[in-house]
Amino acid sequence: MDLSVNIGGLKLENPIMPASGAFGYEMDGFLDIKKLGAIVPKSITKYPRPGNKTPRVCEVTSGMINSIGIQSKGIDYYLKNILEQYRKYNLPVISSISADSINEFAEMAEIISGHPVVSALELNISCPNLEHDGKSFGMDSDISYSLIQKVKSVTDLPVIPKLTPNVTSIQEIAIACEEAGADALNVANTLLAMAIDIHTRKPKIGNIVGGLSGPAVKPVIIRMIYQVNQVTSVPIIGCGGVMNGEDAIEMILAGASAVQVGTASFIYPNAMEKILDEIKEYMEQHQISSINELIGKVLINE
Amino acid sequence: MLYKLNEILFNKQISSRYWHMEVFVGQDVDNVLPGQFFNLLCSNENTFPFLRRPLSVYKINYDKKTIEFLYLVKGDGTKRLTKFKNGDCMDLVGPLGVPFKLNNGARHILLVARGVGIATLTALAQYAVEKGIQCHAILSARTKDDLLAVRLLTSLGVHLHIVTDEEGTSELTHVKEIMQKIHYKFSIQGIYVCGSKRLSKLAKSFVIEQKLEGQIALEEHMACGMGVCFACVCNILNDENIESVRVCKEGPVFDLRKVVL
Repeated sequence: MDLSVNIGGLKLENPIMPASGAFGYEMDGFLDIKKLGAIVPKSITKYPRPGNKTPRVCEVTSGMINSIGIQSKGIDYYLKNILEQYRKYNLPVISSISADSINEFAEMAEIISGHPVVSALELNISCPNLEHDGKSFGMDSDISYSLIQKVKSVTDLPVIPKLTPNVTSIQEIAIACEEAGADALNVANTLLAMAIDIHTRKPKIGNIVGGLSGPAVKPVIIRMIYQVNQVTSVPIIGCGGVMNGEDAIEMILAGASAVQVGTASFIYPNAMEKILDEIKEYMEQHQISSINELIGKVLINE
Repeated sequence: MLYKLNEILFNKQISSRYWHMEVFVGQDVDNVLPGQFFNLLCSNENTFPFLRRPLSVYKINYDKKTIEFLYLVKGDGTKRLTKFKNGDCMDLVGPLGVPFKLNNGARHILLVARGVGIATLTALAQYAVEKGIQCHAILSARTKDDLLAVRLLTSLGVHLHIVTDEEGTSELTHVKEIMQKIHYKFSIQGIYVCGSKRLSKLAKSFVIEQKLEGQIALEEHMACGMGVCFACVCNILNDENIESVRVCKEGPVFDLRKVVL
């Protein structure tokens, strides 16, 4: 049974990897990390960041809202300490970068590309662009285009923008990223959301709004993967609400070549291992020899 | 590290707001220390309550290979926990976090706990008594009905000082007087606190003033409980620098003198 997939030139033994921010070497012991297709550490920023005020998470039906604020110790600590922790697993590491400006994205991409364990770059273009009133880079196709083009000019590694779902047309942004040279697309980051405690009348998140994740978002993400796959030809990494193997297969049928698992790991620390086993069971049951036979193979009656 | 289904030996209501649960954990009990917590799955339907609930250990029974929790039924998660029956399986992750540390030379220590914080410090009292340390405890609660573990603590030989809101004995000036009296009489080496910000602030100023050891077990809403998501953070003062640390990973037990309260 062949589970290997190709993500913009990056060959993975299998399509399952963590979503940025929902994984760390702290999970060693709960999960056999070596079994993953790739490692995606938490997004890194150039300078240390304290993160947002608490509460930073709240649960909702079939999901959670978070606004952590990318608490980070800065790029030097990341290069020396965090990335080094992943060397022993001998897996592709997809480094997730968050920055305040296009130039900062390029500067960080260049530095991180020089680290021997890093195999690809994920660009968190859903973070606020401080040069444009804090509006996310990924909400504007021209800015997304310039950002990807700039980063591509400073690195030879595959570049994977993580799109924001909080847009009118995700296809438009996806096309701009592909034209700028993106090697793959991550669909997608969390959905902007809010919850209020009716007894205290206060927002349940310190930052007032945050990103929704978990099973609640999965149908929205499946739709977006399908739409993006219709208009682009680069591989898609699906991300949003996958809890089990069936969810991962659904995402692959919609058009994803690989699947990220985030929130599920908080509830079931070994979720990714279990998802892999369930994918294999499905393939056996449906006599599928290569996972590539399933990518984008949703049947549409026209 | 434990991550599996474990049999519930009992799960019963013990007062108007509190429940008591005992779970068989097998050999893994040897890795559990006071101050640590477990993350409990309240529902496996992936709907609601969606996240696990962290509960600190109330009693560690190394001989019976079980652990016990005392929990306050407050929100959707703990309400769901009350639905578990004897013989059901509990999906546990743990033990998690940094446990309490007792100084080798300690002879007398003071525990200061309020509400459900009493459960967390009862595990420490049990541990300290086994090491031959004399325990004194100030237990604070809204009402007498809310007081936990009094019988167990008494049987362990802990010297109890009980204060309640309903009797008007729980105000800080009174608690401070009790602290001073205990310290005057027994010259305690350390204070261990859990369950109240007001009492923690009082205990913090007391340990700084008297140059004592102090530890605090913090409570915080968590998502992953494993140090991955950075949801449950608090501030620690380290060499005049404020550092944001994870309650689940660097804590939940911290040096009382360093925690920013």
